[in-house]
Amino acid sequence: MTRSVVAAAFERTPAWRRRTNRALAHGDRPFWGIVLAAAVLVLLIAGAIGFELWANSAQARSAFGWAFLWTATWDPVTGEFGALPFIVGTLITSLLALLLAVPLSLGIAIFLSELAPEWLRAPLSFLVELLAAVPSVVYGLWGLYVLVPMVVQPVARVLHAALGFLPFFEGPVYGPSRLAASVILAIMITPTISAVSRDVFRAIPRGQREASLALGATQWETIWQVLVPYGLSGILGAVILGLGRALGETMAVTMVIGNNLDLSASLLHPGYTMSSIIVNEFTEAIYDLYLSALIEIGLALFLLTLVLNLIARLLVWNVGRRGPREARA
Amino acid sequence: MTVAERAADKGRNQRRKATSVVMLSVTGLATALAVVPLVWILAYVTREGGRFLTPEFFTSMPTPVGVQGGGVANAIVGSAILVGLASLFAIPPGLLAALYASRRPNSPLGLALRFGTDVLSGVPSIVVGIFAYTLIVLPQRHFSALAGGLALAVIMLPTVIRSTEEMLKLVPRDLREASLALGAPEWKTAAKVILPAAIDGVITGIMLGVARVAGEAAPLMLTSFGNSYLSTSIGEPIAALPHTIFVYAIAPYKDWHDKAWTTALVLIALVLALNVSARLIMSWRKRRLGGR
Repeated sequence: MTRSVVAAAFERTPAWRRRTNRALAHGDRPFWGIVLAAAVLVLLIAGAIGFELWANSAQARSAFGWAFLWTATWDPVTGEFGALPFIVGTLITSLLALLLAVPLSLGIAIFLSELAPEWLRAPLSFLVELLAAVPSVVYGLWGLYVLVPMVVQPVARVLHAALGFLPFFEGPVYGPSRLAASVILAIMITPTISAVSRDVFRAIPRGQREASLALGATQWETIWQVLVPYGLSGILGAVILGLGRALGETMAVTMVIGNNLDLSASLLHPGYTMSSIIVNEFTEAIYDLYLSALIEIGLALFLLTLVLNLIARLLVWNVGRRGPREARA
Repeated sequence: MTVAERAADKGRNQRRKATSVVMLSVTGLATALAVVPLVWILAYVTREGGRFLTPEFFTSMPTPVGVQGGGVANAIVGSAILVGLASLFAIPPGLLAALYASRRPNSPLGLALRFGTDVLSGVPSIVVGIFAYTLIVLPQRHFSALAGGLALAVIMLPTVIRSTEEMLKLVPRDLREASLALGAPEWKTAAKVILPAAIDGVITGIMLGVARVAGEAAPLMLTSFGNSYLSTSIGEPIAALPHTIFVYAIAPYKDWHDKAWTTALVLIALVLALNVSARLIMSWRKRRLGGR
């Protein structure tokens, strides 16, 4: 009975439709074609970004060569461009931000994965992650009118008074400064670093903790001498991921760094970063070489974050892969 | 063990225990410290922005410096158009790519796709802005909402792919296999079984993507540029909420600063509402499906 219904339906279908249905695998062949195209499109976009930056910075690259990276002049009037002040500014602010954010984030990760009671974990993780959802420009606004005058500037005055003989704390003390940018950046990258390192800690097999505690280690010794070394590559990955975010951060930094081509080593002076020069001058770049030089800074930023992200992913990936295998063994 | 040795041992153990307690408390303090900026920002934006938050703020156009009242209707419309364009460009390929990634995670293209998604999510938004600029603004010789939408789409794409892929992976294999065993082709299985089973997860992914790009200002500075008038054309420069905050914030006028805070309140309420509801749905869903 059932067979005859199927057979009847089969016979009712015209021969040409049966043939096309079979050829298209009942629609699966075009479907996979589209899915495949979407997957390839993502790769194409990633490639196209690199290509467009490369192609559109050709003029600056041929005019200045590699010296672009260590030339300190940035003079649109004479057409002389060098990216040194911006590269230095980006590196100083990002590294100082790491210095502030890493200990804090590690503390958060340890607390969230090892100490917090079960009912507190989810809400606290959520609050820390919400910090990453606040738009950059709102950080900038809050930084400019609240954090810098109320916190950073008083601290800067104290630093200058106490350590003013060091070139890093040379006066005069400004409000918007490299220090201000670093503090804002530190707040912004803390959720990234702490979330990734928390996941790294959670991926470490229970046996590691139990073995250490059974040997008589205190909980802190277990964390510091067993868990941290075990997850070190993952934590390093988290830190590099945070660094990648800090390097590319634009609006908040632009609003609090003061945008000044100051080449002194002082953290208390205003500075400039690669992203903030792009956003400040891009729409004012009135001739091709000027625009091309700005795009070359974008290219450098792109390559820098690309390499950092690659390293970070490899490191984090390693812990994830090692965890389950050793847990099984 | 002599008495003296035992005493020294006891002292050392007490020190170790004390160190442990102190360091563990420090990690708790670090966590508390991280929540401070969030609370501070929310409280400050609410206080400063709330003073000028009137219904008129949502419906009227910006006023010149010194003129009372006025709103950000143009930026609200502009942000809606920009985010709408971005969703239109990013969601369909994002869903399909996620489908591929969840079905063939270890094929060469699957690995390349994961790599490409990682690369895209790591590209600074300002660099994406340059990309959209060279692709659309430079050939056309004028700023446009279209270029802004494209930039936001590129930023949104990895978020959509990642979260959708994660949700698709939570759909039980049996569902897919049952559908295929009944003779349904792959595309029907994907469209009528897998996607509906994961639909709330997919929607939360899209909400997170929207929340992420709704707050982006940097790429818009190079692409949609801003507009002090109401524009709904995708070929013209267009205003946006985050861009408006920036312009108002760095201007030297007190009443513009007030407007920056109010605009920030509107934006942050929108972004946090999207984030909070997306995460609530997600945790509820993971508990339902992940507990198997």
